[in-house]
This record gives sequence, structure tokens and C-alpha cells, in this order.
Amino acid sequence: MKKLKSAKDLASLQDALRKGRDPKKPCIVICAGTGCLAYGTQKLIDNFRSEIAKQKLEGTVDVRTSGCHGFCERGPLVVIHPKGIFYQRVKLDDAAEIIAKTVLKDEVIDRLVYRDPVTKEKILHEHDVPFYKKQTRLIFGMNGQIDPTSIDDYLAIGGYSALAKALAGMKPEGVVEEIIKANLRGRGGGGFPTGWKWDSTRKAKGEPKYVICNADEGDPGAYMDRSLLEGNPHAVLEGMIIGAYAIGSSKGYIYVRNEYPLAVSNITRAIDTAREYGLLGDGILGTGFSFDVAINRGGGAFVCGESSALFASIEGRAGEPRQKYVHATDRGLYDKPTCLNNVETWANVPLIVDKGADWYAKIGTENSKGTKIFSLVGKINNTGLVEVPMGITLREIVFGIGGGIPKGRKFKAIQTGGPSGGCIPEQFLDMPVDFDELAKVGSMMGSGGMIVMDDRSCMVDVAKYFLKFLEEESCGKCTPCREGVKQMRIILDRITEGKGEESDIEALEWIGAGVVDGSLCALGGSAPNPVLTTIRYFRDEYLAHIRDKKCPAGVCKALVAYSVVKDNCTGCTACARVCPTKAATGEKKKVHTIDQETCIKCGACYDACKFDAIQVK
Amino acid sequence: MEEKVKAIIKKYGSDKSFIIPILQDIQREFNYLPREALDALCANLGVSQSLVYHLATFYRAFSLTPKGKYRLSLCVGTACHVRGAPQISDHVERTLGIKPGETSKDLEFSFETVNCLGACALGPILVVNDEYHGQMTIAKTSKVLKSIGAKVETDEEA
Repeated sequence: MKKLKSAKDLASLQDALRKGRDPKKPCIVICAGTGCLAYGTQKLIDNFRSEIAKQKLEGTVDVRTSGCHGFCERGPLVVIHPKGIFYQRVKLDDAAEIIAKTVLKDEVIDRLVYRDPVTKEKILHEHDVPFYKKQTRLIFGMNGQIDPTSIDDYLAIGGYSALAKALAGMKPEGVVEEIIKANLRGRGGGGFPTGWKWDSTRKAKGEPKYVICNADEGDPGAYMDRSLLEGNPHAVLEGMIIGAYAIGSSKGYIYVRNEYPLAVSNITRAIDTAREYGLLGDGILGTGFSFDVAINRGGGAFVCGESSALFASIEGRAGEPRQKYVHATDRGLYDKPTCLNNVETWANVPLIVDKGADWYAKIGTENSKGTKIFSLVGKINNTGLVEVPMGITLREIVFGIGGGIPKGRKFKAIQTGGPSGGCIPEQFLDMPVDFDELAKVGSMMGSGGMIVMDDRSCMVDVAKYFLKFLEEESCGKCTPCREGVKQMRIILDRITEGKGEESDIEALEWIGAGVVDGSLCALGGSAPNPVLTTIRYFRDEYLAHIRDKKCPAGVCKALVAYSVVKDNCTGCTACARVCPTKAATGEKKKVHTIDQETCIKCGACYDACKFDAIQVK
Repeated sequence: MEEKVKAIIKKYGSDKSFIIPILQDIQREFNYLPREALDALCANLGVSQSLVYHLATFYRAFSLTPKGKYRLSLCVGTACHVRGAPQISDHVERTLGIKPGETSKDLEFSFETVNCLGACALGPILVVNDEYHGQMTIAKTSKVLKSIGAKVETDEEA
């Protein structure tokens, strides 16, 4: 590949790529995000390829793998072009039939088509499925259109045009201005105005200046950054190059979780090919601007998502945060001016530069502009990644896009913001979602995890879960965080074991305040949030555990007993067969019983029973 | 062993700031961080044992003990948690007789919990040597454990 020497070179290459593609040529697009791959999609891809070879269709039908489409619940996902027929829950041996019928004869295979669960109507195209239809997929939508390992795919949909526009026609200060005007706020959780961060780094004294992409996505239940990095790595890279130009940086890092092997491999490839094309490295697009990026794999420590801990980790030290009165924009990595932004933030940059701040600022609310990608998970029908404009209501996300709660159960709470966030109860479902509104109810945007909980989720248990997580992940530097979180967890252990006292709630609030005040970084500073919000909104549940020694959701083992509802039991033996300790017993077609002495309350019988004959009390 | 460590160090230009990637490569090579390999690392890269020990115990990705033939990782992210991962964890622990983070004495099984694999639609997820098993129940877990040679006490086959 000859290096691109100018914006004009780039435009003519994009043109040639577009013209070289026949939009009428059949193409099988298979989602190859981590979610779909976990369903075993690699075998499906192999099956498609070998079937194409067997039928000698190599020249006439294309097979392309794409990044994550977001509808993970229905994977493996396949889209057949040119008509864009959308198939879901495709089985590994469906490949031959899809080629024979849909690709060659234009026939639709009914059983693979999405059916609206409410209206039962068949929906043929991806964009008509309610899950997608109600989203605004400005950033994430590109994932389905490109093969993340192909820079040509990205160029063909206009990739790197924003970079060319910035380099050819905008001064670095102008780019910063544009980002400030768009009011882009950090998508990693803090919501700090990105443009002002760039401005400070640009004006800071010291060389070299660094730009860093934070892909240490550690919040459990959040995976949008991974899906962007593995599904559209060039968009993130383009954002970083534009940022580096605006700030005056020559060196960048991508700090990515080692647990994300596909993301590491796709972004590595993207960097290599961008360099080959002259879009990265010395004299980018024939200008005097040079910038290069290195990848750093994280070591599996949650705290390394925090800026100063992340710098320490890149420098080869243990990831422990430091005081924040000196800003990273003045002294960050290697004590040099550093601009750290999250994956999704970087991916927003090309869009803003390309379409302009005025266009961008029209999307969203007064103080939160643009879209946000959320990972909608937990007790929800349509698990997946959703991109929505800021200001949409929680109800629209959970019920409109997410399709509500499985098995018709009752919504109880939605947890946002990861271990630093809080649990939001039903009364706030009609609240608009943006940085400020979420903070008002005691939670936060965080990186965008949304975990839905139903009436079988115990809020005291959830609070305990997050504290346990943070107890393990606290780096141990600040005593209030290290010891305080542990003491709070011990109190919650006691409450869930039925040994709680009335004064415990007050003690939790009191210790929580100390942890917030006495911790250097945001991990400790927000650690008590899950406890404090659950006390605020679900005090009754705490009191039920403490006073009545009951767990209303039937989760806390010490407080529940499993028994058989005689009237419902058909004697099908399902419970007896799955019981790991043989506590559930009975003869065929006769009412079964559960021996309370040997029952370990694992819930296997409850899951196995099809007749609602197991009760938890 | 020393030669392999030397080769890894050379790959990173003997630069001390790359110590974490170097440790990651050593871990990948031997499946854990053997004492001799770390000694070789200290001697050849010129770093202190205390630093290496600090890093090896700080980051989750590193293990100072060998891993078993079957490595079981159970996702305990929030979505998996509310979908019943704790019950699966108890069941694996009970069946294999090892707690999360431990390896069985015969080096057959290692069991660990991980914070989030980001495949939440499949939760709870159990990964056995990189193969994903999704939407786990007690019964399905028994079946998987049986398939890798563990002794399981239930009658359920499905």
C-alpha cells in the first residue's frame, strides 16, 4: 500500500473503494462480537465459508464478519444483503439452508426471522426490530456495516474524512473550540467536559504531551467500550489522532483490559494498517503532524481505570492512585501533560468534527449532548448494547427497547454506574437519563452499565455484592477505603445472616461518610453509593432482614427455606433429579418433600420445577 | 527456563518500564509465574524481587501457583450475580472441593471467579479452558463438570 500523502489522496481512495463495491452483490454478514462468539459463532462462520467453497460461489457471494450489532440476546445474528434480511438465533448448521434458500433463491426462512413478542408480527429487517428502531445509533451503528479488521471497509463509509478535514482546514485551537462548543462530556463516568480537558492539556507546559485511550472497562455488566474497540477500532483511533493534533501530542497509548483478547487483536491490526496507509506515524496525510500509538494491556485491576493508577500501571508500577490537586492535564503520565479519555468519548470525536458542533449539540439535553451507549443487562428480555440520545427516559430503555422483565415478573430497580453508582427504584422510571439527572437521585452515569433487577433480587444482597467487589479491588493505599469498605461488608454479612441490629443502618451511613471523605480516588470516594442508595430507597428491605429476619426476595440463604406447595406438585421428580444433596425426594406421581436438614438452599429445585410447586419463604 | 525469560526480556528491549507486559508473557508461557522464572527476570532485567512480588500479587492476571489442566472461570459480574452466579459458584466449590482461586491437589482443576466477561446475555457464564458455557443452571453445571471428569452426585443428565 502506498502511503496517502494528502486529503485528496484519501478522498480518491475512498471513492475508488466505494465504486469497487457492488451494492447488489449478495453478502452474508455475521456478527462476530464477543457475545455472539460465545454462542459458538466461529463454527457458523466456518460453516458459511466451507459451504460457499463447496458450491463454488467464492466470486459471487461475499462472507463478512462484523463487529457487535448489540442485540446479544438473540445471537448468533446474521444479515443477508442486498436485501438486508435479518436472521437471529441462527443455529450452527443453518448455513447451508440459508445459502440455498435466502442467498440463491431470495426465500425467507421463517423460523430464523424475528417475531415481535407482543404483536407476533414477523420483522424482516434489522432496523425495523423495535430493539433497534427506538435507538439512535450514531456511533454504534457503524459496527454492523464494517469488518473491523478491514481499514478499507471503514474508509468506504467515509472513515478518516474527519481527520483529513481537521488537518487540512482547521487549526488545532479550532478543533478544541469545536469540541468545547459541542459540549462533549467524558463517557467514562465522570462526565467532565472533554473540550476543556483538551484545552488545559494544550496550554500546559512540558513535552512530550500524551493522549491516552482508557479501555480498562472494569465495571461489571458494562461492555460497550469493548464492543466499540473490537467492532470499530478505526473510529476510536481516528478520534485519538484528531485529539493529538488538537492538543499537540506526538505519542498516545491505549490501555486495554487483558481480558479482552479480540479487542486487543483488532486495535493492534487497526494501528498497523493505519500506519501503512500514512494515517498514523510520521507526517500524517503528508502534513507536518506526526503521532503514534502504543498498546498497553492491563493486568486485571479495577482501580487501573482511575487515571493516576492507570499512569502508574503504564509506567510499570502497581496501579495505586495519587493525590489529585495536581491535574493529569499538567502532570500525568511520566509527569507530563496528559489527556485521558474513554473509548466512547474518542469515538464521538470524528462525528463532531465531521458534522460540526452545532449539529451535534442538537442531540441530547441542555447539559448532556449526543448519545450514550448503555449495556442493558440482568433481568431484562432484550439483553444487549443500546445507543440512545441523552434525555431518554429509563422506562423507554427498560420497556421500550429492553422489552421488559422476563417471565412477566415485576421491575424492582435499575442499577447504573457500576460499583460507584446506585440502585434507582421504580418511582424514577420516567426520569430523563443524563449526567445530572442520574446524580440527583444518588446514582451516576458511570461508563454505562444498566443492570435491571426484579422482585427476586434482594437489594441488601446487591449492596453486599458491590462492597465485596470493592473490598477486593481497593488498592489498599487509603485506610478509610481499605478498612471502611471491609467493615461495611461485615455489617451487611451480618444483616443477611439474620444477625443485624437496628443500629446497623446508622453505622453503615456513618462509616460510608468516612470512606467518602478519606479516600484519594473515586473508587473509595463513591464506594458507599450502592449501600447508601439502597438504604435510601429500600429501607423496608433492610428492616425486614433486621427486624423480621426475613429476606423478601428469597435470596439470602440464612433467612429462607425451600418447601413444596402440595397442591401444585405433580410428582414429576424434576426437583429430586437436580437436587445436589438429595434433600428433595419423593416417588413418581406423588407429592415430593424437601428435607430442611440437608437442604443447602441452592435453588436448583426452584429452577427445575415447571409447576410453581417450590416456594421460597 | 532462563533462556525463555531472556528471550521475552529481549523482545521488550530490556526496558524496565515494560515489566508488566514481560510478566504477562511469562505467565502466558508457563501458565503461571514460576519462582525460577522470576529469579531469572530479576537478574536479567535488573529489578528487585520486592517490585516483582508487589506486581505479581497486585494484578489479578498473575498467579504464583500452577494452574490445573481444566481452568474453570465463573463470571460473577453484576448481571451474572442477579441471574444466580453465586449458586453456581457454591455448586462448583462443593463438587470439586476447591474454593475460587484454588487448584485441586492433583492439578486437574483450577477454579476462579472473574468480574465480567461482557457476554451478559449468556449469564451466568462458566468458561472451561476458553470454551463458553452460557445460561448455567445447577443441572447444566453438573453436566459440564461431569464431562471433564469431576465426580457429580446428582442423577440429572440433561
